[in-house]
Amino acid sequence: MKVSIFITCLSDTFYPRTGIAMVKVLEHLGCEVDFPQAQTCCGQPMYNNGFHDESRELAKRMIQVFENSDHVVTPSGSCAAMVRDYYPELFHGDHAWEHDARKFADKTYEFIEYLVKVLKVDLTQLGAKWKGKATYHYSCHLRGIGITNEAEQIIRQIDGLEYVPLEKSEQCCGFGGTFAMKYPDISGTMVRDKVACIAATGAQTVISNDAGCTMNISGSCRREGAGVAFKSLAEIIAESLGLMERHDDYLHPAGQKPRTAIAGCGPIKT
Amino acid sequence: MNPASLPKSPPPEPKDVHVLPGPTDGSAFTGAAMGQGNITEIHDTNPLDVTLPYHMQPRVEKATHDAQLQQFVNSATLSKDRARKRICLEAFGDNYNRMRELGGRIKQHTLDHLDYYLEQFVTNAAAAGAKVHFAETTDEANGICLDIARKCGAKLCVKSKSMVTEEMHLLPKLESIGVETVETDLGEFILQLDKDAPSHIVQPMIHKDRAATARAFTRELHVEYTEDPGKLCQIARNLLRNKYRQADMGICGGNFLIADTGTVVICTNEGNGRLCTSAPRVLVAFVGIEKLVPSLEHLGVLLKLLARSATGQPLTVYNHFMTGPRRPDEHDGPEEMHIILVDNGRVKTLKEETREMLRCIRCGACLNTCPVYRKIGGHAYGSVYSGPIGAILTPMLKGLGNYPDLPHASSLCGACYEACPVKINIPKFLIQLRRDQIKQKITRWPDRLIYRVWAATLRNSLTYRLGGWMQKWMFRLQARGNGSLGRAGSDPYASRGWLSDAPGPVKSWTRERDMPTPPARSFRQWWDEHEKDKKSKEA
Repeated sequence: MKVSIFITCLSDTFYPRTGIAMVKVLEHLGCEVDFPQAQTCCGQPMYNNGFHDESRELAKRMIQVFENSDHVVTPSGSCAAMVRDYYPELFHGDHAWEHDARKFADKTYEFIEYLVKVLKVDLTQLGAKWKGKATYHYSCHLRGIGITNEAEQIIRQIDGLEYVPLEKSEQCCGFGGTFAMKYPDISGTMVRDKVACIAATGAQTVISNDAGCTMNISGSCRREGAGVAFKSLAEIIAESLGLMERHDDYLHPAGQKPRTAIAGCGPIKT
Repeated sequence: MNPASLPKSPPPEPKDVHVLPGPTDGSAFTGAAMGQGNITEIHDTNPLDVTLPYHMQPRVEKATHDAQLQQFVNSATLSKDRARKRICLEAFGDNYNRMRELGGRIKQHTLDHLDYYLEQFVTNAAAAGAKVHFAETTDEANGICLDIARKCGAKLCVKSKSMVTEEMHLLPKLESIGVETVETDLGEFILQLDKDAPSHIVQPMIHKDRAATARAFTRELHVEYTEDPGKLCQIARNLLRNKYRQADMGICGGNFLIADTGTVVICTNEGNGRLCTSAPRVLVAFVGIEKLVPSLEHLGVLLKLLARSATGQPLTVYNHFMTGPRRPDEHDGPEEMHIILVDNGRVKTLKEETREMLRCIRCGACLNTCPVYRKIGGHAYGSVYSGPIGAILTPMLKGLGNYPDLPHASSLCGACYEACPVKINIPKFLIQLRRDQIKQKITRWPDRLIYRVWAATLRNSLTYRLGGWMQKWMFRLQARGNGSLGRAGSDPYASRGWLSDAPGPVKSWTRERDMPTPPARSFRQWWDEHEKDKKSKEA
């Protein structure tokens, strides 16, 4: 299987390990992986803020970059949803581009979706092992592409991983791209709610599959003093299959005192 | 408003809205619970009377610091949202999305042919003896109602819950001509006593608790202080019973208008709607023109979806159907029935691109599921329609320039779209309104410039790389300054620093949470090495 990977701009700069893990897992599963270097960003920030002409130019670029790919896989539900839900709409009325956008949308997959729906992976058969207690954050844009509990299914296939579901898992963490900057108060209150739910699970690792959510929630966990580590599902799988050395980047490692006690963090800012 | 001014549509084909068999369950009623705590606020002015253009930040700031408001709104919305999901699954199972699809299609079909159905409704309602009025604006709608009140010499009016009369700010107008008007929905009654305004479409006093209720009762009704919900209800009931007996005018809204019978339908859980509409001599129903449905058969689908989406009940407790005033052989009902059909910005929303917004059946499911609404409550939206639906409807009805913040008050998480029983794609409309703000230059020029420059750097892989590199080194330099960099091992693709007080565009981010810096190396750098490795292995 020939797979082109779409490494989102946030993953490229902020979370390269996610992309690396994704490549290693896909190669391990027998895919021929290709990374078209001319790719940049899908244009979602522009699109969501109403700059549709600018977004359209970026979309055209992406469509051309991946023109010859069979399957396009990305480690972000958000960027996959942009391509799948909004690219065809962006070119509504422009038949040639709309057709190409739809073609691109049809071959674009989010990483978990690709594992479960296309490669039909069963990690128990592959001997996946990972030790520790982890919870999983469901990112909102998975809703848009019809992913519900697929990630949990995969997580439960890993031997030794103690999975604790997150309360209010369907509630947004408050990232929302520029929303976090435009409405810091609301976003801050939302993410503290998420941090409180994470703290309540007692997990040491949070699995979060969208770089935006990870930035937001880990930033809040660090501020509020929650000493957890964040990983993408790709990293967990790569580590569990021994494709990657385990790396636990705890936000507050032993010996470093958090600035605020975890008891002080919660959904409500007083 | 002249019905002839509506966009002309081709004659509807009934097969557009074929009805599926409905659910068969009969789950129990889950009533609203009152919270605990105490909010002492008494409003001098109605929180929904705002100066335009409305900027939400002051109210947002207040709400995000108000622990009690968040607690009440959070727990009430969460429980309603869970009830909706559970009961919809129980009732419709895998057909839930098909039911939503159907509900949406029925409403969309009616809106697509609104001219046809409106005419049909007017003919049938008039034939049943109701007087139908058209109002283009708030002033017109209120004017018609005041005229009716004057003509019938009304002194006391009982009113059941209606969002459109809130939209019209009707009550002060009636009071100004000497008509005492009493809200009879318990929540609305308490808000009226406390000089407050509704903050949720279905649960108007979601932001208040029983202690606030007790205080308002003691202060305004001079009764003994009690927080016992049963006793508080009894006090309200005793007072309202007398009002129903004495009232000479009743006012209600309308959840639905049935075109082929000329019927107004109201759904209430307390039975107060029926008392308001059948006891007084004169009845005035205020209804937005978007509330039409073709027939009773279609209504069935929407009633099932409305109650389940709003409160998690299989059906609203009282569904009251009114077709014309009292007939000679009937025991109750008004002698005069007036229906005021309200435009107030709706006709202009009927253009093809935005028509879908008017599908809304006011169930409040999008509010209950919205994480933003949960944190800021309804008053922060500065208008009678709050939450996600309010964020798109208010700017459409009242002008985008008057509510510039609302389309941005969402993280676009999509929960509202998923919850909407008539499948209104709220996130899509939020984005469209943002786009229109740019077109109309409501967005300030520095913001427009930032996005354009940002987009320009992304159009070229060289400037993209350069931008990423600069961002990385700026962030890492600052993190080196605060000593947080490189403490977690030596993996150049993983270890990062943190910023707690960043300048520039990241400032508002670090006000609330820390900002991670990028690790020393990017994915692209790894890929180049990976490629080299692969080639050397092949060679």
